[in-house]
Amino acid sequence: MTASVLQQRPRPRRSRQRNVRAILILVVPFGVLFLAFYLTPIFYAVWESLQVIHRDGTYGPPTVVFGGLSQYVLVFQNSEFWASIGRVLLFGVVQVPVMLVLALVFALLLDSPLLRGKRFFRLAFFAPYAVPGVIAAIMWGYLYSPSLSPFKLVTSNVDLLSASTVLWAIANVVTWVYVGYNMLIIYSALLAIPTEIYEAARLDGAGQFRIAWSIKIPLVAPAIILTAVFSIIGTLQLLTEPEVFRQFTSSISSTFTPNLLVYSTSSVPNFNLAAAFSVVLALATFVLSFVFLRLTNRRGLAS
Amino acid sequence: MSAQRSALAASDSRESVVSRGAAMLIMGVFTLYFLLPIFWLLVSSTKTLGNFNSTFSLWFTSTSLPDLVANLGKLFIYDGGVFPRWLLNSVVYAGAGALVGTLLASMCGYALAKYAFPGREALFNVVLGGVLVPATALALPLFLIFSQVQLTDTFWSVFLPSIVSPFGVYLSRIYAASSVPDELIEAARLDGSGEVRTFFTVSMRLMSPALVTIFLFQFVSIWNNFFLPLVMLRDQTLYPVTLGLYTWNSQVSEIPDIRTLVIAGAFVSIIPLLVAFLSLQRFWRNGLGAGGLK
Repeated sequence: MTASVLQQRPRPRRSRQRNVRAILILVVPFGVLFLAFYLTPIFYAVWESLQVIHRDGTYGPPTVVFGGLSQYVLVFQNSEFWASIGRVLLFGVVQVPVMLVLALVFALLLDSPLLRGKRFFRLAFFAPYAVPGVIAAIMWGYLYSPSLSPFKLVTSNVDLLSASTVLWAIANVVTWVYVGYNMLIIYSALLAIPTEIYEAARLDGAGQFRIAWSIKIPLVAPAIILTAVFSIIGTLQLLTEPEVFRQFTSSISSTFTPNLLVYSTSSVPNFNLAAAFSVVLALATFVLSFVFLRLTNRRGLAS
Repeated sequence: MSAQRSALAASDSRESVVSRGAAMLIMGVFTLYFLLPIFWLLVSSTKTLGNFNSTFSLWFTSTSLPDLVANLGKLFIYDGGVFPRWLLNSVVYAGAGALVGTLLASMCGYALAKYAFPGREALFNVVLGGVLVPATALALPLFLIFSQVQLTDTFWSVFLPSIVSPFGVYLSRIYAASSVPDELIEAARLDGSGEVRTFFTVSMRLMSPALVTIFLFQFVSIWNNFFLPLVMLRDQTLYPVTLGLYTWNSQVSEIPDIRTLVIAGAFVSIIPLLVAFLSLQRFWRNGLGAGGLK
């Protein structure tokens, strides 16, 4: 013991130098890429959003000049932007709870002794996550179609892709893809709970439903909150499914969701305004996730 | 003890009658909801355009097998074999991207877990913030940056941004902290192994369950990526399969025949991921558990 301590005496200095080299080798490759492809685009978007294109007269050559917050004034005056934000918020208020309640129910059933063939159900429910958003949307686009759907009885009588229903047609696609994924996150949190807790509850006469409600759900609350935060972020960024559905219906405008508006604004091209939209959207996303986390934390502390 | 056992068994059987039935019914109905669309895609890819429009959509026809072969044949040679090219592109973007991405993320996460250095927590918090930044928000600024150096519409413009995985760093740090003992690193040090070599020979092996999970997550997210290639690429030989099928589907009204190819192509393109899911499912569960623990 003493001998090894003595031997190590001269070490710290040398090993610290070796560590510096090792730390650099391990951290720098990721760090450089993260800087180049995560941080730089964020700062670049903010920088772009502060520029305006200025022309001398109608036909003067365009020059880019610093415009301060003038793009942001345009963002706040743009009714289409706020309409698109309202649309995805409405979508999220309905779709996220429905999806997470389904995911929670499935996870609890998988974790209960009530079910046979758990492995099959787990795989079947998770399978849609293997379908990319583009392909899921193409597939459901045909399933919704009045003439080609296997469910013609429904689709020939109700236009699922009309202006009033298309938002919920998209919600169904998103739910179909992500329920199983969220189910698996909650299920793995359930598996981490030691089973002794249930045995004690059972001896006290608690049934499966009571155990789920009073023990399991409170214990997996952090996992549910995590899935909720990621779902909220995904909802505000909605793009792929509505973009694909534009090939099936004319009821989705180019400003249907905030990201579609960003995309169509940048194709004009008006990158400065598009960047300002993106920055406001990112801030809204952060604020919403943060408020949600604060609210759920407070409730968690109270109970 | 045995009295308690039988009391438990009795309450089990009481629950079982109604509850078991209800549970199986719920799961059965939703199995249809989740699998029927995929089954429809399989059935539809075995049909000619005429049969697709006229026959019952949820079952095969008498000529399904030869029609499937014919559809696949057309799919793979159409437009000079552009579809297999897209598949290959997706495999390279997702496979190589996830491989390199997992390696770099695990190196960084390991360093964050095992070495104290100034700025460590700041770096970790910035990366953690990166987990919350959605890829769609970065695509347009990335396009502008790449166009400044004239690198849009290249393989690298899609490949390089997608290998960065902040989630991978987060998961590696948590996993390395709990599964790679400091004593083991110290022992390797005493044996004269360099720090970096210790990572590659000892620590990485211990971190392998987390590495598989990171790889899978990143593979899926690159495979599913749509917006970045949409804004970056014009040359269709560089497209991943998602963007390729999207452009084909946009031509359906002018070229009705292409619908058969879209359907068959959609089915073929989900097979690799379905197979990967079925065979690697336990890694998903392990990794998701670690991710949810905080």
